[in-house]
Amino acid sequence: MTQLTVQHDEGAPFDVMLLYIFTGVGAFAALLAAAFTKDPLFQFHSFIFLAAFVLAAGVMTAGVAYGKFRSEPTRYADGVIRAGVIATMFWAVVAMLVGVVIAAQLSWPNIFYFPEAGWLNFGRLRPLHTSGVIFAFGGNALIATSFWVVQRTCRARLAGGVAPWFVFWGYQLFIVLAATGYLAGITQSKEYAEPEWYVDLWLTVVWVAYLLVFLGTIWKRKEPHIYVANWFYLAFIITVAILHLVNNMALPVALLHHRSYSLYSGVQDALVQWWYGHNAVGFFLTAGFLGMMYYFVPKRAERPVYSYRLSIVHFWSLIFIYIWAGPHHLHYTALPQWTQTLGATFSIMLWMPSWGGMINGLMTLSGAWDKLRTDPVIRMMVVALAFYGMSTFEGPLMSLREVNALSHYTDWTIGHVHSGALGWVGFISFGAVYCMVPWLWKKDRVYSNTLIEWHFWIATTGILLYIAAMWVSGIMEGLMWREYTPQGFLANSFVETVAAKHVENIIRTVGGLMYLSGAVIMSYNLWRTVRMPGHEAQPQGLASLPALAAAE
Amino acid sequence: MSGLSYEAVARFAQQGGTVYFGVLFFIVVIYALWPRHTETFKRLAALPLEDCEDDHVPS
Repeated sequence: MTQLTVQHDEGAPFDVMLLYIFTGVGAFAALLAAAFTKDPLFQFHSFIFLAAFVLAAGVMTAGVAYGKFRSEPTRYADGVIRAGVIATMFWAVVAMLVGVVIAAQLSWPNIFYFPEAGWLNFGRLRPLHTSGVIFAFGGNALIATSFWVVQRTCRARLAGGVAPWFVFWGYQLFIVLAATGYLAGITQSKEYAEPEWYVDLWLTVVWVAYLLVFLGTIWKRKEPHIYVANWFYLAFIITVAILHLVNNMALPVALLHHRSYSLYSGVQDALVQWWYGHNAVGFFLTAGFLGMMYYFVPKRAERPVYSYRLSIVHFWSLIFIYIWAGPHHLHYTALPQWTQTLGATFSIMLWMPSWGGMINGLMTLSGAWDKLRTDPVIRMMVVALAFYGMSTFEGPLMSLREVNALSHYTDWTIGHVHSGALGWVGFISFGAVYCMVPWLWKKDRVYSNTLIEWHFWIATTGILLYIAAMWVSGIMEGLMWREYTPQGFLANSFVETVAAKHVENIIRTVGGLMYLSGAVIMSYNLWRTVRMPGHEAQPQGLASLPALAAAE
Repeated sequence: MSGLSYEAVARFAQQGGTVYFGVLFFIVVIYALWPRHTETFKRLAALPLEDCEDDHVPS
C-alpha cells in the first residue's frame, strides 16, 4: 500500500535523496534521545519518532529500489490527495467516537468512568477529541482539498517533488504524537495547543513545508490570477504558522525532557492564548473551509461564484477583523477593559464578512436551486452554509460582556462551537469529500445516493439534537450559577447544576452518536465507491458529472 | 519613556488602528469595484467550472 502511495510522485532524485537523508538523521537523533533521556514520557515519544523515521526510510528504500519515484510533470499529484481523503475519514470516525465516549462519560459517569485506567479519564480524552476533530479530521480535509484546489485552479502540478508526501506523513506523525501524548498525560495546558515543545517544533517543520509546497504551486501557475479559494487557503496556512509559533514560545526544562514553561505569564499569557485560540477558529476552522466552499460549491452547483467582487471584500475584511476578536474570551478578567471591548467590537464587525460570505455561497445556487431536492451533496454544503451563518450570528452575541456573563463556562459555548464544527466544518468537508472521491478514483459517481441521503438526514438531526440540548442546559446552568437566596448566598451548589443537566447530556450523547453514525455510513459508501468498476463500466442515472466522461 | 506610557500606546492602538483599518477597507472596496476588473472577475467567478477532474495538467 505504501508503494502504491508513492508511485505518482515527481522524481527529481535530489528531493528524494534529501528526504531520505532527513529520515536517517531523524532516526539517529530519535535513537539518541530514547537512549539518553531520563524522562519515560519523553522516551515513549522518542520511540514513536524512531519508529516513524525507520518506517519512512524503509519505504523510501523500497521505493527507490523499484523505481517508484517517477517524474510525471504532466499529471496532477493526486496520490497524496487520495491518501488525504482516507486519513480524513479515518480520523473523523476516531475523533468523533472519542467525542461520543466523553459525552457518555458526562451522561453516565458511573458506567463510563474507569478509575483504574487513568488514560481514559475525561481530562485526557477531551483534548484527544477536540484536537482529533479539529486538527486530524479538519486538518487532513484542509490539506487534501487545498492540494486539489491549488493544482486545478493554477493548472500546475504540486511543487516540491516528494515534499507534499512529507507534509502528509509528517502531519500524521504530528497527530499520533499529540494524541498519544494526551493519553499519556503530556500537555502544556493551552487549549487547542496542548502538545509540548518538541511536537510543536515538528509541526513547525511540517507546516513550513506545507506553506512552501502551496506557494511553490502558486508560483508556477499557468492561470495569471490567483483564484479566491487559494487566497483563503494561503491566509489559513500563513496565519496558523504565526499563531502556532507565537503561542508556543516556551523553554523546555531540559533538552531531553517533555515538560516546558511558556515564555508568557499572567494576563499576557491569557491574551496570547486566546489570540491563538480564537484565530484557530477564524483561520483554521473558517478561512480554510471558506477556501473549500469557494471551490466546491460553484463546482458542484455548476454555477459561477455569485459575486467575485464580494468574495474579495469578504476575504480581506474577514482576515483583518478576525485577528482582533480573541479578547472576547477574557471578559471580566485582568485584561484592560478597553481591550475586552475591542474584542467584542471586532466580533460584532465580523457579522458583515461572515454573512457576506454566507450569502455569496448560498446565492451561487441561483438558477440551480432545484439541485437541493435531487442532490444530497449540494444540500449538505448549503446546510453547512446555513450553520455557518447561524453560528457566526450567535458568536458575536456571545462576545458581548452582558451575554457572556451568562454564557461563559456553560454548555451554551459547547453548543455554539458544535453548531460551527458539526454544521459548518463537518458538512462542508463531507460535501467536498463526496465530490472528490469519484474524481480521484476515476468513478462516475458515489456508490449509493441513498446512503448519502441517510448520512445527511441522520447527521442533520443529530446536530439539531446536540445544539438544542446544549442551549437548554447552558442557559439553565448559567441561570442556576447566578441564583441567590434572599439571604444573599448562592442558591445552588455546582454539583446540583451538573445533576440538573442529566437529560440534556443524554440528548447530546444521542445527537453525537447520530453524527458519528453518519460518518460511518459515509466511510462505507466511499469504500464501496472506490471498489466500483471504473468510468467506462456503467452509465448511471445519477452521473451528474458529464465532464468526466468527456475527459478522455 | 513618557512617549511609551501605557496610555500613549493604548491611544495609538485605538485611534491609529481605526484610521489604518478604515483606509485598508476602502482600498479593498475600490479595488473590488474598479471597472477595469469587471471582465477578469467574471472569468474568475467561473474558474472552478472550467477545470477538469482528470489528472492531466493542461498544457
